[in-house]
Formats: sequence, structure tokens, C-alpha cells
Amino acid sequence: MTTRTQPDLLYSEEEEALRAAVRDLLTDHCDAPGVIARTESDQLHDPELWKVLGDGMGLAGLLVPESLGGQGATHREAAVVLEELGRAVAPVPYLTSAVVATEALLACETDEAAELLSALASGRTIGALAVTLAAGPGAPFTSVRHEEGALHGELTGIADAAAADVLLVPAEDGGLYAVDADADGVTVTPQVSLDLTRPVATVTLVGAPARRLTPDAAPAVRRALRAGAGLLASEQFGLAEWCLTETVRHLKERKQFNRPVGGFQAIKHRLAQLWLEVVNTRAAARNAADALATASTDADVAVAVAQAYAAPVAVHAAEEAVQLHGGIGMTWEHPAHLYLKRAKADSIAYGTAGGHREALAELVDLRAP
Amino acid sequence: MTAAASTSGVLDAAELRRRTRELLEARPPAETDRLDFLKARFDAGLAWVHYPEGLGGLGAPRSLQGVVDAELEAAGAPDNDPRRIGIGLGMAAPTILRFGTEEQKSRFLRPLWAGDEVWCQLFSEPGAGSDLAALGTRAVREGDAWVVNGQKVWTSSAHLARWAILIARTDPDLPKHRGITYFICDMTDPGVEVRPLRQITGEAEFNEVFLTDVRIPDAHRLGEIGDGWRVAQTTLMNERVSIGGMRIPREGGMIGPVSKTWRERPDLRTHDLHQRLLKLWVEAEVARLTGERLRQQLVAGQPGPEGSGMKLAFARLNQEISGLEVELLGEEGLLYDDWTMRRPELVDFTGRDAGYRYLRSKGNSIEGGTSEVLLNIVAERVLGLPSEPRTDKDVAWKDLAR
Repeated sequence: MTTRTQPDLLYSEEEEALRAAVRDLLTDHCDAPGVIARTESDQLHDPELWKVLGDGMGLAGLLVPESLGGQGATHREAAVVLEELGRAVAPVPYLTSAVVATEALLACETDEAAELLSALASGRTIGALAVTLAAGPGAPFTSVRHEEGALHGELTGIADAAAADVLLVPAEDGGLYAVDADADGVTVTPQVSLDLTRPVATVTLVGAPARRLTPDAAPAVRRALRAGAGLLASEQFGLAEWCLTETVRHLKERKQFNRPVGGFQAIKHRLAQLWLEVVNTRAAARNAADALATASTDADVAVAVAQAYAAPVAVHAAEEAVQLHGGIGMTWEHPAHLYLKRAKADSIAYGTAGGHREALAELVDLRAP
Repeated sequence: MTAAASTSGVLDAAELRRRTRELLEARPPAETDRLDFLKARFDAGLAWVHYPEGLGGLGAPRSLQGVVDAELEAAGAPDNDPRRIGIGLGMAAPTILRFGTEEQKSRFLRPLWAGDEVWCQLFSEPGAGSDLAALGTRAVREGDAWVVNGQKVWTSSAHLARWAILIARTDPDLPKHRGITYFICDMTDPGVEVRPLRQITGEAEFNEVFLTDVRIPDAHRLGEIGDGWRVAQTTLMNERVSIGGMRIPREGGMIGPVSKTWRERPDLRTHDLHQRLLKLWVEAEVARLTGERLRQQLVAGQPGPEGSGMKLAFARLNQEISGLEVELLGEEGLLYDDWTMRRPELVDFTGRDAGYRYLRSKGNSIEGGTSEVLLNIVAERVLGLPSEPRTDKDVAWKDLAR
């Protein structure tokens, strides 16, 4: 049997060990004041953290086969890493480079793609798929003009482009091309982003030299965005769990009316409801990660379900964190806003919940009027 | 007992399969009376393998029950119709196993499991629902027996039951949690009167039970005098585990019928209903995955607190989905299949028509713990939030406001 009838929704011992290692690293290298300070600096991404994570721990290559210098692991492990990165709102291009760009390259069969995969797997090269972060799997995306080996055009909403060394650009001739970010004719202009921990940028190409990765970009982009959407659910789970845990911790300590605020039933019920949503999100996210890891025939449904469910839960969790922290939750100093901005941006990334529900209408045969 | 003499001594899947085949050879289902077969299965320790030897089990891991069940099902063996005897299996049995005397265990568990004695539960009262510990049914000691007076409510299977698990107040001078004792009540006692309780669906799944000078021998007390609240926690805990333990296929619950209607009746579709249906479909699928994850945790021996949440999710989804279904049906939603008063033996939340499902699901957030109480339980036991200030814990039961 190629596909198991039941997905494995638990974490293996190895996955738990991986989680512990990533969490330790983030505790040491990615504290909230540091992340807030970085959002006001010239360099929104954290190159030191990325170096330890991607290169030092080898996590950039989880999805890349060992023959190409990767770890030959699966989406299940990458999902665990993303849970932890979401919990820390870490400003590193993991989802965009180690998952989405990597998946696009895995769909290409050229030597050029294989070479780039090795580079991305090492963590020393960062890749970005030059498709708007708002595009869901199967959605139309913008392409640029290809003329005599060079690309011309402008692409907006490209996540982590400012950190990228190489851009994977779809062209109107149907091909997918690799463009070095520092080449002549390439301009990456940061856009003022809602989420400064995963900023978007405009990519302008004026005769940018390009190397063809595959003549058929559509399936590669689709595969990349599907993996992105599916594993984003794990990031959203980690983010939501942080919001819940931190809010519960705060409300046990915070006293008003001579009682802990967390003892009021109106508050307790809201937190219990949120806990239910978070628990559900974990199951949905594990299901998507497992379906991707096993190349299950159910992967399209699993990803759409996970994203349709997880995106609003992450937003709800972050909104509750802001509200239930009261005044302090509204300040720049407190990290709750980092989570709110990430969660809200995530709810658009790789397709909205509504977009994924529309996809499900076809996938599970519940068609529109 | 008659459990097959152990050979290897290792109770693994292979050994259980071997013992199951041995049972099937000794008592071919096609040629054996149903009840005889079930009792032979019990005596072979294959009823519930995680129970002790001599009490229908082998002390084997619970996860191996599936091996036995699959073998028996493949051989066409009869089962004990677990849905009909759910209260006995899910609530009475684990409580008797944990707190019962040797006599009680050997007297009650075998006919309970085989289903020739049906059990019911006499817990809730008109004045003690969410606040179950406030119950007022009195049990007064008279020699070797207890004399019980009071009224119980929401008792399913009371009209079919041979035995009941009962909690009653034995000391009104103590605070409410401490003056309760747990009994096994003979439902054929002349002081037991069972009346059907008609509900909003038109039928009567449940009963009111009036207890008038019912005599219960002290030998039918379960646990210590005054320890009934703690004993009852075992009963209620197992209720929740049995709810969380079921494996459901995609669209296996309330979302199934409405999805079917949607596919078969394009004439009913509107954009608004489509959006709402898809949203609920996703939530139902995710709740199913959470249940499946919980099941995998139990099998792996790592039970999590997720079970507390399953019933909450299931109640809300059943209500919203069946409500949507009535609306989807438009003019047909104005109709109801049948208001005739009946006493159904089995209840299927997803059975009958959409109107019935809508009305019956209203009970899902009340029965077995209201959603409001369950949210408190999640908040306090899972999230560790403080409880509301209470004024009832240290006051004698007789002095509480009523």
C-alpha cells in the first residue's frame, strides 16, 4: 500500500527531540525584545539565527534528499520546526526558502535545479519563489516577460525577497527561471509590510539574466504553494499555542477586583474555547504534514482543510491575546502585536480560508449553486 | 476459571488470535446459542482483554482488543450489542471493577457484559443536574439494608434495566460531597417506579424514576459509606473516555446527511448556505481528526486532555449542522416526520429526519455534562485557571439553599 488509510497524527520521539533542540535554540537566539527591536532596524531578517538554524542544525535541507546534500527528512519534521518558529515569530525565511522555494525546485528536473537545491539545503543560499504570498495553490499567478535569456517585469508581494540570494521567477513562456538577486537588472524593493517578521517586497526585473529551471512552471508553483499552505498550518498552530499559553499565564497572575482575572467565568470560557480551537488545529496541521510527507492521495483535501481551519484560529488566538492582556497588549513593547500581525498576514498567505474552502467545494464534491 | 491454559505466557497479538480461534473451534458461532457463545467468550477472557483473568479479561493491553474483535467479526460471531448496554459497559463495569468486592465483581460483570442484564444510571435529579453533588435522594440504614427514597431523572434504559448504579445521600449533616454513598439498585424492587419522560422530539428516550422505600442490601453498596462522590468520578470519567474512543470515517457524523442532501438536491443550493456548509464541513472534519488523534494517543498509551473537549465540539457541531440542514430543506423544513410518543430502544443522533436531528441535538450540550460546565472543567483542569469563589463546599448539605 502506498497510502496508509489512517494518517499518523502523533509526534515521533525523533520529532520531539527535534522540537526540543529548535526550542532551545530559539530561547537563546530569538527573544521577544530582540524581535521587536529588529522590526525597527534596517535588517528585518535575522542572519545569525538563520545561520545556526539552517546551516548549523542543517534544518534548511530537511526536505532535500541526502544525495543532493539535504537531510532526506519529510514534511512532518519541517512542520515541527515551523511550529517552533511560529511560537517565536522568528524572522527567518524558513517557510519561504526551506519549504516553498525548495518544493518548487524539487519539481524541476534540470541540473540547474539540482544545484540550487544543494545550495538551499546548505542554508548558505536563501531562495524565494517570486509569486505573491497571497496566492494559494492552483490560483493564477503573475508571470514576467522572457526575452533572449533575460526577464522583464515587476512582481509584488514576494515574501522574504529582501533576504533571498536567488529568486525563482515564472515567465510568460511557461517556464520557471532562476535569477540571482544581486545581478544587474534586478531590484528588490521592500514594501512596508503588516508583518515585519515576514516582510514582502517588490521585485523589478529589467533585462535580468535568468537560467531556466523547467519549461513548465505551473505544476512546480502549485506543488510549492500546496506545501507552503499545508505547513503554514503548523506555524499557525505554534503561534496560536503561544498566544493561548502566554495569555493564560498572564491571567493567572494579573489581579483585578481582588482576584486573578483568569478566575472569572466569562474569561475562562473564552480561553477554554480557544484551547479547543488550538487542539483542533494541531490535529489538522499534523494531518496535512503527514499527507504531504506520505504523498497521500488525500493531500489536497488535508491541506485545504488545515489552512481553512488554522488561519482563522491563529487570528482568533492573537486577537484574544491582545484583548485579554488589556492595555499592555496594545503596547509596542509587549510582543502580542507581533503575533497578531503575523497571524493576520498568515491568514492571507498561500490562500485565504475562504479560498481553501472554495477549493474543497470541488475536492469533496460540495459544489456551489 | 476456564481461560485457556497459557502456553507461551506472552499475551501478544498472536497469542490472542490463537485463543480466539480456540474459542471459535470449541463453540462454532453458527451452532451455538448467542448468549452461550458470549458467556464462553467471557470465560475465555476475550470479552475485554484488559480486564483481569476470571472477569472476562486476561490482563492484556487494551489496545489488543481490536485483534480479538476482528477475528470474531471475520468468523461471523455474535457481539454483545454494545450500543444497547452502553451504560453497563461504559459506566457500571469500570466502577464495579475498581470499587467492587470480589462477590460483586463475579456476580455482576458476566451478565452485564453478555447483555442479559441491562444497567441504568440513577444519578441526576430534578434539583441536581450540573450540581450533581447537591442530590437529595436519601438512603437510611436499617440493619443490613438501606432504605432509599427520592426521585431520579434522565434515566435511559430504566424501563429495560435489571440493575442500576445509584448515588444517594447517607449523611445530610456533612458537606454535600462527603455525605454521598454509591449503591447497586435492583430495578425489580417494588418501590421502584419508572415513568417515561417525553422530550421535545416527541419521544421518550429517558425516564423519571421514583424510589419509594426501596430496600438495598448493604452488600450492594459500592465503595465506602460517604465515599460515593469519589466512586462516581470513576463512572463519569469512563463516560468521557468511551465518548472519545470511537473512530469515525470522513462525513461519518451529522455532516453526512446534509452533505448527501446538498449533492442530491442542487435545487436547494444558495450561496449563503454553501459558505456555511463548507465552513461546518471543515469544522466537522477537523473535529474528526482531533478524535482520531486522541484515539492514537490512547493506543500509544499517552492519553491527553483532548477528550474533555471532544464532547463540546461534537455538541456544537451537531446543533449547527442540523440547524443548517433544516434551513437548507426550505419548505420541507417546515415539516416533521412524526410526533408520536415512543420509547426507542436505541438512539441515533443522525437518524430520522432533519427536524428530529435538530431537536435531538439540543440535548447534546446538556446531557453528560453541560457545555458550560465542561468549559469550566477545561479551564480549571487543563489550563489551570482558578475556580470561581464558592460558598457551598464546607456547608452541611442540609443547610444549602434550595
